Parts: sequence; structure tokens; C-alpha cells
Amino acid sequence: MSSTKYILGIFDDPDEMMHGIDGLQKNSVPIYDVYTPMPIHGIDAKLGIKDSRLGYAAFMFGCMGGTTIFTIVYYFLVHDWPMDIGGKNFFAIPDFIPVTFEWTVLFASYGMAFTFFFATHLFPGRAPRVMDLRATNDKFVIAIDAKGNIPHEDINNILKEAGAVEVKHNDRKYVSYE
Amino acid sequence: MASHSESIIREPLITGKNITYGQITDDILRPVENMPGKAWWIGFTVASLGALLWVFSISYTFWYGIGSWGLNKTVGWAWDITGFVWWVGIGHAGTLISAVLLLFRQNWRNSINRSAEAMTIFAVICAATYIGAHMGRPWMALYSLPLPNQYGSLWVNFNSPLIWDVFAISTYFSVSLVFWYTGLLPDLASIRDRATGLRRRIYSVASFGWTGSVKTWQRFETVSLILAGLSTPLVLSVHTIVSMDFATSLEPGWHTTIFPPYFVAGAIFSGFAMVQTLLLVTRKVLGLENYITMFHIESMNKIILVTGSVVGVAYITEFFIAYYSGGEYEQYTFLNRFIGPYWWAACMMYGCNVLMTQMMWSKKVRTNIPISWVLSIIVNIGMWFERFVIIVTSLHRDYIPSSWAMFYPTWIDVGVFVGSIGIFFTMFLLFIRVLPSVAIAEVKLLLKSSSEQAKKKLIAKGHFEAEHVEFYKDNLIKFDSVDHSEYEKA
Repeated sequence: MSSTKYILGIFDDPDEMMHGIDGLQKNSVPIYDVYTPMPIHGIDAKLGIKDSRLGYAAFMFGCMGGTTIFTIVYYFLVHDWPMDIGGKNFFAIPDFIPVTFEWTVLFASYGMAFTFFFATHLFPGRAPRVMDLRATNDKFVIAIDAKGNIPHEDINNILKEAGAVEVKHNDRKYVSYE
Repeated sequence: MASHSESIIREPLITGKNITYGQITDDILRPVENMPGKAWWIGFTVASLGALLWVFSISYTFWYGIGSWGLNKTVGWAWDITGFVWWVGIGHAGTLISAVLLLFRQNWRNSINRSAEAMTIFAVICAATYIGAHMGRPWMALYSLPLPNQYGSLWVNFNSPLIWDVFAISTYFSVSLVFWYTGLLPDLASIRDRATGLRRRIYSVASFGWTGSVKTWQRFETVSLILAGLSTPLVLSVHTIVSMDFATSLEPGWHTTIFPPYFVAGAIFSGFAMVQTLLLVTRKVLGLENYITMFHIESMNKIILVTGSVVGVAYITEFFIAYYSGGEYEQYTFLNRFIGPYWWAACMMYGCNVLMTQMMWSKKVRTNIPISWVLSIIVNIGMWFERFVIIVTSLHRDYIPSSWAMFYPTWIDVGVFVGSIGIFFTMFLLFIRVLPSVAIAEVKLLLKSSSEQAKKKLIAKGHFEAEHVEFYKDNLIKFDSVDHSEYEKA
């Protein structure tokens, strides 16, 4: 039994990597993940990854921020300590707009960014789960789970045909753990 | 798609021969992965001496109080608020480049957005120091926050633009920081995966465990786009609110409805000038001529020209409205800018901001690096004087002639201002030493579509009309990083 855990197809060129994805899919080889040094549009559609829903999170956090500060200001200036400024309304909505806007933006930005970090498991000190160290530099890496996907030779050939400069059979899932 | 090739008449965004993805990483990380050169050390020494001056002047201010500044009863606001508005304004270009140009899909922003955003953050820090400093007793800053207290609670006044400003500046700083840092994650991972030992550990913590998987990139792009959408109105709101600190008062010279758009245009104007000042030096010292090309320089100069002209129109409008309003105090204030004792400050303001930038209509000026650099500094001098004129010249002639006064800065005033420039450059120099000064991943996106080498290949294939190719080659003449001999043969 082979000790290979993951097969990595390493490409120099993003377009050739896309051909690699097409070739694997044509042969019904499931792809575990793809690691690239820059965002390559179209992979998510090929791999059937759904659109990000972070926009909804941003919207909800924005609503929360705006409501929070508006409520606070209402409590301060209308309820708790109304100030008579030349007989004008205590509930001076136009004056509340700037801070309401600022907190809407603040909550939306931070709420969305932290949702992103949380959902993607990004946080300071997180051990980087990297399969090939060059994937953040100049290589485009397709990772295939070796288990069940046999014969491995066929996968090698599909990747090579698409233009992979190197095919690696890794015994460990991640190389970055020390 | 990475392979999408754009029209040949567009100028290349990456020049040079045989640039590969690996080469881009190497070039950009060279200052981070190697010991800095002599130029960096000289700059850093000078900048830290400036920062030291700031520490001393601020400590002196806190020890002896605001009396150590040149303020008096008539001119109660002077260099502190001038410096504050100047720095906040400078910060605006970073957000404009990273957010507004992203929304408009201006790909040339990719190689300048990182350093411009860093500049935003450092400029806002400098601005924030003035807020703390001008209170004299810095712990009083707590009273600008809506916190429960033993006086009632007596809350902060949300009807006041000064409180809006507290919220605007703090939000602006926070959002810029998260935008900048999220963008840094993939590039920090690039450093991490090339480093060893302690460096690897540090960058590993800093990169949050970034891997570059499909889902991560997809979310990353969503976050960048939405943050850009949020930052765009935010950046406009910040300087609008800063301008309202003045515009909602009843002071002639301040009480003007044109202030919000005028301040925002001025902010972008001075910010781009500061980006130009920094990048023209950075590109030379760090050897980034292939990524920050003449096209970038000329584009920024065009934006300086446009915003400078908008500011010029705002100046003319101010004068016209002062005349047309019929208000004698308003008219006197604007006339006094030229016939009063601060006539020289007004000349600096109008001369540097409007007259000098009009030189940029000439392509020769826009594509000349030394002249562009000098002009960018002139713009920042002019914009400092703009704030000085608005603030001090408007204040120094009070309604009662017996209160008329002049403002004379003390050496503490000068020390705080010069020192804040030192702080800014210290932070910027540390930034280019430890973090990638160009967004590596974003520049890689341009390699296959908009680089000189990709376009050269397309020309060789001969798909294009000869006329368009000629136009493209003519445009390349201004580039200092292109080997022109190759195009003459062809």
C-alpha cells in the first residue's frame, strides 16, 4: 500500500493549471483544493464553490452598528439629558446622521473582516497548513486526495499532460508543521 | 481570467524583460529579506532624530501646558489644527487609491496601493497626535468619549462636529487598518514561506496561517471589494466632517457651505502629492522601476492636476461668494488675505496650489521625475499654507480691532510640527523594511494581461492594426524603465 497522502500537481502558469483542473474533472478525479499565489478567477466556479455570503454579514453588522449608535445618541440627547439649544428639537435627527454613518461603516467593516477570519480559520498563531511552500510564491498547486483516487499513475499523466512542471506525492498532508 | 489580454493601446503596467511570478516576489521582497542599504540608514537616522524632537516637544507641552505654544486669546487655534487637518488630508490619498480606484477597476492602483495605504495609516496617527496634544492635558481625551461619569452622567454633545470628528477619525483609522492588514495577509504568507527560523515564526503569526486556497481567495476578494465600497463614502465623510469643524462656526472665512467638497478635493490633492513624494524616492531606492512605472507617475500627476484645479475653482468660488454675499465681514476677511499682514501666506497658498500645479498640463512636466518630485513637495507646502490661511488669517482679525493680534509660533510649535514629519517618516521607513511595500499578489495578477512582455508577444503575433501598435510604441517613449532599442528595430 502506498504511503502517499496527497498528490500535488504543480504548475508554472495559471492557464495550464486551469487545463489541469479540466483534465482531472473530465476523468472524474475529485480535487481537494487549489493553492495559488494570487486570486485566479474562475476556479471557484469550476470546483463548484458557492459564492461568498460575507456581503450579507457586512450588511447585518452595518445595520447593527447604525442602530446601536442611533439608540445610544437618542438615549443621551433625548431621554437622559435633553439640552435646550435655542428651543430646537431635542430629537435633532440630522445631527445624528454623521455618527450613525460612521458606526454603520465601522461595524460593517470589522464585523465582516472578523467573520472572514473566523470562517476561514485565520488568526494570529494559526499553524499554516501549506502543502507546498512555493504556492505563495510562483507555483500554482492542485491538491488531490490520494486515498481512493487510484491509479496514481493516471493522475500523474493527466497533470503532466496539462503542463504540470512537477507532480509530487506527499506522505504528509501539510509540509509546514515543524 | 489571468490570460485575458487587454487592448494594445493601453500602456503596460509592468515593464522589463523575462519577468516571472518568482521574479516579482524576489524584487518586491528584496528590501525585506536583506539588510537595508546606506540610503535607508541615513533616512532612518534623520527621521528618528525628527521623531525624537517630537517626543521632546510633546513632553515639554504636557509638562508646561499649552502656554508653551504661541497661541493667544485671539488666535486660539493655530499650528496644532493646521497640522491636524494637513495630516488627515494627506491620509486621504491612500484610501482613494486602494478603495475608489478598486471600485473603478483601475489596475494601475495594484502596485501603489500598499504603500499609499500605509501612508494613510501613518498620516492619521500623526493627525491623532495633534488631537491628544492640543488638549494640553492628554488624559482629558477621555471626555471626548461618551462614557458614564460622575457629573450626571453628562454626555458628549452629539450636535457638535467636534464629536463627529472623534467618531470619523477613529472609524477612518480603524477601517483603514483592517483594510490594509487584510490585504497584507497573502504577502506576509509569501515572506513566511521563504523564511527560516525566528523570521518564519514571526511572519507565521502575522500571516494568520494564510494558505491561498480557493475559498480563502474568494472570500478575500469579497472582503476587499466590500471594504472598498465602505471606505469610499467613509473617506468623503471624514474630510467633510473635518471641514464642518470650521464651516458650522460663525467665523467669517470659515462659515462657508463650499467647505466639505473643497476640503475633500484638497485632501486628495495633498495626499496624492505625498504619495508622489514618497514613491518617486522609494521606487529608485528599492529598485521598483518595473512595477511603479512612468505610467503610474503620470497618472498620479494627472490626478494632482485635476484636484488642484478643483481646489482652484473652490478658491474662486469662495472669493465670488464673499463679494456676492454683501457681508462686509466676509468681504473684509477675504480681502485681508492679500492686504493684511499674512499676505505672504496667502501667496504661498494660491501660488503653490493653483499656479504651480497648472504646469502639469504639459506632458514634459508630468513625465519628468525631478520636476514631479519638486512639484509634489510644493503642493504639500501649499496645502499646509491653505490650512494656515484658513485658520490663522481668519482668526487674527477679530470683530473688535483692539483684539487684533498676530500668531508667532514658538520653537515648541515648530518642534511638534517638524517632529510629526519625523514620526511619519520613521514609521514609513520601518514599513518598507519589514513589510512588502508593493502588493505582491495583486501585481502578479497584471503580469499576463498588462505587462510589457505580454504585449510584446501579442505584437509579434501581429493581431493588431499597425496604427494601434504605433500609438502604443509612441506611448512607451516616456518610460524610463523600457529598453527602447528593441522597439526601434521592430
